[in-house]
Amino acid sequence: MKFAVLQFPASNCDQDAVHVLKNVFGHDARLVWHKETSLGEPDAVIVPGGFSYGDYLRTGAIARFSPVMRALLTFAANGGPVLGICNGFQILCEAGLLPGALIRNRSLQFRCEPVHLKTLTTESPFTRRIEAGRILRLPVAHGEGCYYADPATLDRLRANHQILWQYADARGDVIESASPNGSLLNIAGICNEARNVAGLMPHPERACEAVLGSEDGRPIFESMIS
Amino acid sequence: MSDPVITPELIQKHGLTPEEFERIRGILGRDPGFTELGIFSVMWSEHCSYKNTRPLLKMFPTRSPRILVGAGEENAGILDIGDGLAVAFKIESHNHPSAVEPFQGAATGMGGIIRDIFTMGARPVCAMNSLRFGELDSREVRRLFSGVVAGIAHYGNCFGIPTLAGEVYFDKSYEGNPLVNAFCLGVLRHEQIARGAARGIGNPVFYVGPATGRDGLAGAAFASQDLTEESAGQQRGAVQVGDPFMEKLVLEACLELLATDCVAGIQDMGAAGLTCSTCETAARAGTGIEIELNKVPQRAPDMTPYEIMLSESQERMLIIVKKGREAEVQRVFDKWDLPWSEIGVVTDTGRMVVKHGGNVVADIPASQLANEAPVYQREAREPAYLAPIRNDRLDAFPSSTDLEGDLKKLLEWPTLASKNWVYRQYDHMVRAGSVVGPGSDAAVVRIKADSLPPLPAGQRAPDAPEKYVALTVDCNATYVYLDPYEGSKIAVAEAARNLACTGAIPLGTTDNLNFGNPHNPEIFWQLKESVRGLAEACRHFNAPVTGGNVSLYNQNPNGPIDPTPTVGMVGLIEKPEHVTRQWFQEEGDAILLLGTPVDTEDPWLGLGGSAWLKVIHGRKTGRPPRCDLEREKALHDALRGWIQSGVVRSAHDCSEGGLAAALAESCISHQIARGTPRLIGAKVDLSSVACPRTDALLFGETQSRVVISVSEPQTGRVLGQAKTLGIPAIRLGEVGGETLEIRTPDSGLRWELRELHELWWNAIARAMH
Repeated sequence: MKFAVLQFPASNCDQDAVHVLKNVFGHDARLVWHKETSLGEPDAVIVPGGFSYGDYLRTGAIARFSPVMRALLTFAANGGPVLGICNGFQILCEAGLLPGALIRNRSLQFRCEPVHLKTLTTESPFTRRIEAGRILRLPVAHGEGCYYADPATLDRLRANHQILWQYADARGDVIESASPNGSLLNIAGICNEARNVAGLMPHPERACEAVLGSEDGRPIFESMIS
Repeated sequence: MSDPVITPELIQKHGLTPEEFERIRGILGRDPGFTELGIFSVMWSEHCSYKNTRPLLKMFPTRSPRILVGAGEENAGILDIGDGLAVAFKIESHNHPSAVEPFQGAATGMGGIIRDIFTMGARPVCAMNSLRFGELDSREVRRLFSGVVAGIAHYGNCFGIPTLAGEVYFDKSYEGNPLVNAFCLGVLRHEQIARGAARGIGNPVFYVGPATGRDGLAGAAFASQDLTEESAGQQRGAVQVGDPFMEKLVLEACLELLATDCVAGIQDMGAAGLTCSTCETAARAGTGIEIELNKVPQRAPDMTPYEIMLSESQERMLIIVKKGREAEVQRVFDKWDLPWSEIGVVTDTGRMVVKHGGNVVADIPASQLANEAPVYQREAREPAYLAPIRNDRLDAFPSSTDLEGDLKKLLEWPTLASKNWVYRQYDHMVRAGSVVGPGSDAAVVRIKADSLPPLPAGQRAPDAPEKYVALTVDCNATYVYLDPYEGSKIAVAEAARNLACTGAIPLGTTDNLNFGNPHNPEIFWQLKESVRGLAEACRHFNAPVTGGNVSLYNQNPNGPIDPTPTVGMVGLIEKPEHVTRQWFQEEGDAILLLGTPVDTEDPWLGLGGSAWLKVIHGRKTGRPPRCDLEREKALHDALRGWIQSGVVRSAHDCSEGGLAAALAESCISHQIARGTPRLIGAKVDLSSVACPRTDALLFGETQSRVVISVSEPQTGRVLGQAKTLGIPAIRLGEVGGETLEIRTPDSGLRWELRELHELWWNAIARAMH
């Protein structure tokens, strides 16, 4: 399979995504510089974590105007699978590919720690290989990961089963203290209505090798690959 | 605007003595101009010249077969880690700026040390830091502490470097003068080492990175004087503003440019900015350099030559390009949308010539400016405070009547408590290399192909195996205050011990000497004794010093800080399966203590300078424990041997809080995920250990001790081998249950792990509210 991994000037999880796709899963992965206007012909796109343009203004606010984003919009509109991780999730929301926004963590502090995730549906190209009931343990690392949307949007997300992951405790109970950022409904990741574009704050690419302490990120990539 | 007249007052304001001024006149053969005076003042500050410490630093061991770039040669030392790969690392302070403006002070400290590493051609792959503050009951201290941590987080997280380890101490002596020491490690192939030398007569000199402003004017000189209310107010302008986004762009552009082989020399503009980078590169190459200031990008209007030369605006680099390859600089820096400008040329005159609109504003022999700062042999005298301390006796402190309560107090003491409030703000996992992150004895980072700088286009990297590098930063400054020589030895020994506990063998050391004003003979005595101890211990562990930093004048009107020679040490782990962590793993494993339970020849039984004395009795006194380097090293060698043979399930060194704290941490420090600690109990029997005081048995800080756990069937083998090797070792008990239980000669003690974890894990968060 061919993956394109977008590279904004201050993306900093771009290499990690390429490493995992290539060296752990043995697939083709190519970095696509933000000034490029074509994605090549990938089967799927990863929008990786980082700080895109420094993000001093608002996360992803500048990145959405990058030349490469037009190609991404077309790719997504044609049904191509797109996964945004952390800053990638923020950029997808800014670009309007996903509803809602990610605002500052309620603690007003950056948070880096492993969290537990409950997967709400296997009906998506990003979750279909996650065993029912399996609680994933993935790291988060963000200052602005508090998912926010108006009540109507939240209702739609629920009705359409667009909420893919929620922060939970080790047993899978969705409790407020399990969330590192104060997200509404403990939302950690969502997909669009067409289910081909998803974003999540946790970092599955940091949890694909036993030597790093967790392999729970694998089923997310395996879902995309299968 | 005309330059001010050079008067004795102006000379003094520049921190130069009349003798130093005469020396400058001798070098120039005339009076210096205003810009030249500024240039000399920053280059001859302690920060840049080590004029007060140079003779001492010669004591350090600086050689080993692994050293590719040694101490003092370049911006950072480089060590061979095998298979054609190398690591570059260094620690550097940003104490004074952080005292004045904690967020930007700490942020730019990160920025500076990261640049020192990629200037060497290395890709920065991880960071650590060592922080010291006053006590958290002060609102001002809380402001400084939270500002510094947020500043480091801001810079490191955005830049994309994992902050993997560190230490934080809280002690009154640092009130108003916090210490912020930042460490960075990068990796590269041997052939990728870049040099900060202006080589090749006629080669063009490029300035790359953001424009120069008035921020950070003469920060190096500011860092080389005492901190007072007045100076802090005046010097706020000497604190630079950091832009990690810009630094990320500069990093990637520089590494990309270095891969084209068009770079003859490269140096960051750190302390003393354009001044230091131009004269040092010329001095290293034995060449001269000529620059035109009108070509330097400027962001403030009407900047004078003095201001341009002394500005410490951040994220700027000086690059000497091979003549004829200028277009490649343009191509790479345009790709990254970075400003660049050709500002000068390498000459054969040996002089640093600075022009402003064609007029010469400075003309100085580069090598004399960079290398011939005056060197002072300061007077040293044993501090008066040590006499009453020597007369103190352990008997003056009654034996504890509440051992269970004492352990709880120790675990919730911010210096000993979990630092998760700090490290959860740092991205410690980016770059997919964090094998052991913060919260164990030493951190471990995996080096893989994408950790390395890019190769020239079209060149395929030779296959190199993944490497596992361990790192730690340590210094118990209370010991150093009470006995600078012994305390400094212990700082090195503890660092080496932490590495051994993770399975690593030490490769090299970087040190950050944080002391008070060296003109005070008592302070200079601390410094001298400390360096003697560091040097001896580094030699002993085959961990030569590859570079570091000296930060003097760390005092405010209330007095000097405790002498704090921070030791950063880097080691190598042969195989990933050797990586060992501090927490207990399996129920039923045996717990062993390697080392003597209590040094009974120590009149203080390990309680001199201990955390127990400080927390329970509020006193910083006594004779710190002795460290026998022979025994210490034998212990490390044996421990690594057992780790490599696969029998060690966990290993944790005994330091602050002694054996009881080490056991408790082994039970409670494994954090699986947010809100999910893994608590695993222990039953320990110390009833047959002979010790005159039970509090010393539990909380004494006798050196050269490690708590390990092994599977029960291996116990006999390990104890037998220990006997053969002459390593003291006893079986303490076994892992299991939901409590920590310790049987002492006179009592049975029991703690609920949930309670201990809560006290320890949330102590700093509670203090910050």
